[in-house]
Amino acid sequence: MTFLVDLLAATLRNATPLVYGTVGETYAERSGVLNLGIEGTMYAGAFAGFATAWATGSPLIGLAAAIGVGVLAGAVMALMTVTFGANQHVSGIGLTIGLIGLAEFTNRLIFQGGELQQIEPMPIVNPVGDLGGIGAIFDQYALTWIAFLLIVPGAWWLLQRSSFGLEIRAVGENPEAADAAGVNVVRTRYLALMIGGALMAVGGAFITLALLGSFTLDIIAGRGWVCVALVIFGRWRIGRGVIGALIFSLVFSLQFRLRILPGFGELPFELLLALPYLVVIGALALSGRNVAYPGAYLKPYRRT
Amino acid sequence: MRISPWSTPILVVAAVLITFVITAGPIILAGANPIEAYAEFVVVPLTSQFTLLEVLVTATPILFTGAAVAIAFRAGYWNIGAEGQLLLGAVGAAGIGIVVGDLPPLVALPIMIVGGALAGAAWALVPALLRVRFGIDEVVTTLLLNPVALLLVNGLLHGPWRDPVSGFPESPRIAASAEFPTLIDRSRLHLGFAVALAVILVAWYVLARTPAGLRLRAAGLSPHGARFAGINVPRTLLGAALVSGAIAGIAGVSEVAGIQNRLTGGLSPGYGYTGIVVATLGTLTMPGVAIAAVFLGDLTVGASSAARSLGIPSQLGAVVQGVLLLTTVALLALRRQRFRRGGAPDAGSTAGSPAGDVAPEAQPG
Repeated sequence: MTFLVDLLAATLRNATPLVYGTVGETYAERSGVLNLGIEGTMYAGAFAGFATAWATGSPLIGLAAAIGVGVLAGAVMALMTVTFGANQHVSGIGLTIGLIGLAEFTNRLIFQGGELQQIEPMPIVNPVGDLGGIGAIFDQYALTWIAFLLIVPGAWWLLQRSSFGLEIRAVGENPEAADAAGVNVVRTRYLALMIGGALMAVGGAFITLALLGSFTLDIIAGRGWVCVALVIFGRWRIGRGVIGALIFSLVFSLQFRLRILPGFGELPFELLLALPYLVVIGALALSGRNVAYPGAYLKPYRRT
Repeated sequence: MRISPWSTPILVVAAVLITFVITAGPIILAGANPIEAYAEFVVVPLTSQFTLLEVLVTATPILFTGAAVAIAFRAGYWNIGAEGQLLLGAVGAAGIGIVVGDLPPLVALPIMIVGGALAGAAWALVPALLRVRFGIDEVVTTLLLNPVALLLVNGLLHGPWRDPVSGFPESPRIAASAEFPTLIDRSRLHLGFAVALAVILVAWYVLARTPAGLRLRAAGLSPHGARFAGINVPRTLLGAALVSGAIAGIAGVSEVAGIQNRLTGGLSPGYGYTGIVVATLGTLTMPGVAIAAVFLGDLTVGASSAARSLGIPSQLGAVVQGVLLLTTVALLALRRQRFRRGGAPDAGSTAGSPAGDVAPEAQPG
């Protein structure tokens, strides 16, 4: 029982950065831009959030710094792919290499490679109470509550029900038609990428500001690539992407707990961790030519 | 003949200079003089024999991955998976290297190189088949196989291949006859560098001088045009993808047999991704790749010496790589825009083809 409660609590906790990243990547891709800068943006968000919180003593200011870095990273991606019309995948990889480098460079400058610095992690909030033992599932960081109760429904509403969301989807499906209908393609893609970047950076900052209270090298460890996979797994729908994030997080949290049990240590858990990638590739193979990519995926838009 | 300011060499040099202007910011932040720092980065490594050889050692893996990425991109196949293909090559080399102890090096080394190449090609096979059979975009599939390859390496190192002696997550040391010999005494420069040069030379010859190379370039410039010219485009793409994976696989062999002598988790600090920087900076030509790889090797060695002498964190090397990739693709895209103005209205169509992007043939004027 405690095992199950603990497992479910960990699932929600570990899903949080993936939820932010997946929603952020969904915004980018629905506007027609595959943002492979996500891994670097999460990394830079994690570092900027931590370093600022460490310097100011305020996790909230740290969070604001992470958001700022994310918006900037999204703007650079937009400058590259929307304004210059450069290759999306190459630009994204460049952004990731550069941002990880910059974060590690600044980390070295500030902390001189000395001993690991800690900050007071963000507090855990439980609005539900004990509920006879199972309430511990809801011992979660505020950023987790915000992710599931505010960001996911809010982002869904904005994308699917608001006129701004319609514009994002329009420039992602058919920029020519959107342009003809009076939608500012450039502005819409910039905004989608900047919102997406901010969300990715918050996902990274959650790890340093709440989960760990510290920054270590390779802290994102491929979570950005997991989000890229989850967006496709969810067929570019926010709800399905979040379900994917929860499934992945459940598997991840489970293997983490099984690994330390006697007799389980030798099982090939890496295979489990590779599953989300393999499932996505398998799903792509099965749906074949019917994969519903956003219409303008990977295509720069130029007025002719 | 008038030289256009948009010609490829000028554009690449401009990208390097713009990068240096941008990265002056972090250098000043670190309290150093940018001019002095760039001298340390670029010039100092070339001034002593020891550092010069280290530059070539550092360039070796990215010569392979740069060539691998360039060949695929040239065909219009966006292989982002060189990192994973490299790791598979390393797994293959470590596996073969343990069991070939009884064979003389002249037999053991070729077996290992071919085995690593096949492993890399095998890792490239599934995304390539999905692309040519079902038209599934290879960017995401090749990318997602990178973390899978890393998990495979970690799974082996924490499981069946864990060193029984030390208990570290490292594979047992490969046989002495499977180690690459050094090319120059008392240096780390190993056979892998010579193999890399040979690969670049052969790739250059094949691309520039053979029908297969012509088919590959034609498929990249215009898949439709190539098809009307009777070229089997899917087969060409498949071939390019597999050759690309094989060359990236040899990069893994070279690191295992030449540097680490075993499989380790930290074998590649992202050489596959650096290959994308090398290929782009080298404008997808083999001479360009060779120059770009040595240049980045120079910068990497320079960055670690600048860390000691000027106190600039060596991670600046990665910042320079990222910014360099961004400025190069930005300038290439701007060139494409500039020469398309007033041309055929084909907005969007170049995204899937390297046509006006980096292939020098597409260079107008």
